[in-house]
Amino acid sequence: MKAGFSLFNRSELLFLVILIGLIFIVLPFGLDIFRLNLVGKYLTYAFVALGLVLCWGSGGILSLGQGLFFGLGGYCMAMFLKLEASTPEATKIQSTPGIPDFMDWNQITELPWFWEPFHSLPFTLLAIIAVPTFFAFIIGLAMFTRRVGGVYFAIITQAFAAILTILIIGQQGYTGGVNGITDLRTLLGWDIRTDDAKYVLYFVNGGLLIACLLLAQFIRQCKLGRLLVAMRDQEDRVRFSGYNVANLKIFVFCLAAAISAIGGAMFTLQVGFMSPSFVGIVPSIEMVIYCAVGGRLSLFGAIYGTLLVNYAKTVFSEVLPEVWLFAMGALFIGVVMAFPNGIAGLYQTYLEPKVRRLLEVGGKEPDPVDTSSIAARPAE
Amino acid sequence: MAAENDFLLAIEGLTVSFDGFRAVDDLTLYIDPNEIRVIIGPNGAGKTTVLDLICGKTKATEGSIKFKGQELTAMREHEIVTAGVGRKFQTPSIYEDLTVFENLEISYPRGRTVFGAIMFRRDQVVIDRVNEIAEMIFLDGLLDLRAAFLSHGQKQWLEIGMLLIQDPELLMLDEPVAGMSVSERQKTADLLKKIIKGRSVIVIEHDMKFAEDIAHRVTVLHQGKVLSEGDMERVKNDPKVVEVYLGH
Repeated sequence: MKAGFSLFNRSELLFLVILIGLIFIVLPFGLDIFRLNLVGKYLTYAFVALGLVLCWGSGGILSLGQGLFFGLGGYCMAMFLKLEASTPEATKIQSTPGIPDFMDWNQITELPWFWEPFHSLPFTLLAIIAVPTFFAFIIGLAMFTRRVGGVYFAIITQAFAAILTILIIGQQGYTGGVNGITDLRTLLGWDIRTDDAKYVLYFVNGGLLIACLLLAQFIRQCKLGRLLVAMRDQEDRVRFSGYNVANLKIFVFCLAAAISAIGGAMFTLQVGFMSPSFVGIVPSIEMVIYCAVGGRLSLFGAIYGTLLVNYAKTVFSEVLPEVWLFAMGALFIGVVMAFPNGIAGLYQTYLEPKVRRLLEVGGKEPDPVDTSSIAARPAE
Repeated sequence: MAAENDFLLAIEGLTVSFDGFRAVDDLTLYIDPNEIRVIIGPNGAGKTTVLDLICGKTKATEGSIKFKGQELTAMREHEIVTAGVGRKFQTPSIYEDLTVFENLEISYPRGRTVFGAIMFRRDQVVIDRVNEIAEMIFLDGLLDLRAAFLSHGQKQWLEIGMLLIQDPELLMLDEPVAGMSVSERQKTADLLKKIIKGRSVIVIEHDMKFAEDIAHRVTVLHQGKVLSEGDMERVKNDPKVVEVYLGH
């Protein structure tokens, strides 16, 4: 048994190189800026999928409300950008200049107190992580210490996603309502709508995604990651081995929320607006499907799954828009019935033995099988 | 109660009722340090419930459980484990997706908080201890195998090993030889005799031969109450025990 700690084994290292090559070289050179911006948007969902691999794949905690955290991260970013776009000069035709336009339309005459701190970029960056993590902590504390789990937890997270959507739509004057926060222009004076800015944001987004991937991989490779798998298999055994299972669950749920929120903030920056349609139940379930299709036990699988499903969605919506939802449903059923471990599972079964043989020809010692990534359990 | 501290575990007036049904009824039981106590009794006598109550899985309705003077009924499960009580479940509860090594490593009593688990490093102390335990439970040589591929008997041993690595002062085993072959059963009896040094063990067992083999004292439970207690010879000849349990 080896004592050392390695973040990736050889084949995972290869995956990482391929992924970096794809995101930073192949796609930027192969696609025009419109398509690349779309890929950038898809990749923001991949943050959520990464969080789900930790939370659902490793830890067995299925959350159907990750849109909540994606949305909170995105809204925090949008609030900052909206305030910057709402200078008194730019809004001088309003009855109250200097506040966001939708507030003026809703007869609000003063910036609400919770909008004030979003004048500051450092505060905003902190809030993007802290606000969703705080909500995840409260939900986790309330649910996991009471031993709410499985389907019940999934339903409750859905309810939370629905509640936030209803709140945002209902409080139009404070949140922009169903239209969301639109017409975002600059970040500290830098116009985010230009092609150049879109390129820069795409690369920043890719870099952050790789950073989150490394963080998630680190968690999976340390003892905490093995504990999560253990908890998924035999929760009571972990508890009666002296661990506070609720704390472990709260931690991984918060971490998944924080990673999702980064995706949400990058979404706002790249797409230029944020609306409740990225917060509620439907997008949350779609995000779970991305993760399931890619393989909920594989971080790389989750990213490819996100790209693939979104690519299919775009193609379908352009050609046969009315068929898309059915195709999506069929895809999910197919994943659950036929290949529960998604694309990554198919790869491991059919392609990996061949790749491993190829790698072994070059290297001396074969890598041990990564046990945390294999499990033949059906999706919950 | 001056004598209270002499016992490792003192259960007094313990009662638990599920919707009016008293699964354990006013139970009093004392376990000495270094004692092997076997609890026998017919199905539904409340044997497993007693273990559930001690390890905190079930909350008592009334009564007290004192372990080295600490009241266990007020503590949470993982705190009871930290205090020195280890429990093996009836069906093997191991982590099938992890290797034998990783199963034992997770049970090693270090880095039990979230951040402790992140900072945990597999150093030589851990590796040596895992190897030592693996040898004891006949699983050295299988350390890199996924636990799902172990036989039923090996899984039982692995779970016993996972408890041993915690070095508990009180070890509770729920039917450790159920479903084992004759040779596995013998090996398990040898294993138990080896591991009891320096700790107390409570064993629930149906197999009278096995119970006789290892027990210092035997407690017979019936309908949540102690029917008889003492050494095996006395218990076997107790007419009440013969009537409810051994007679048929």
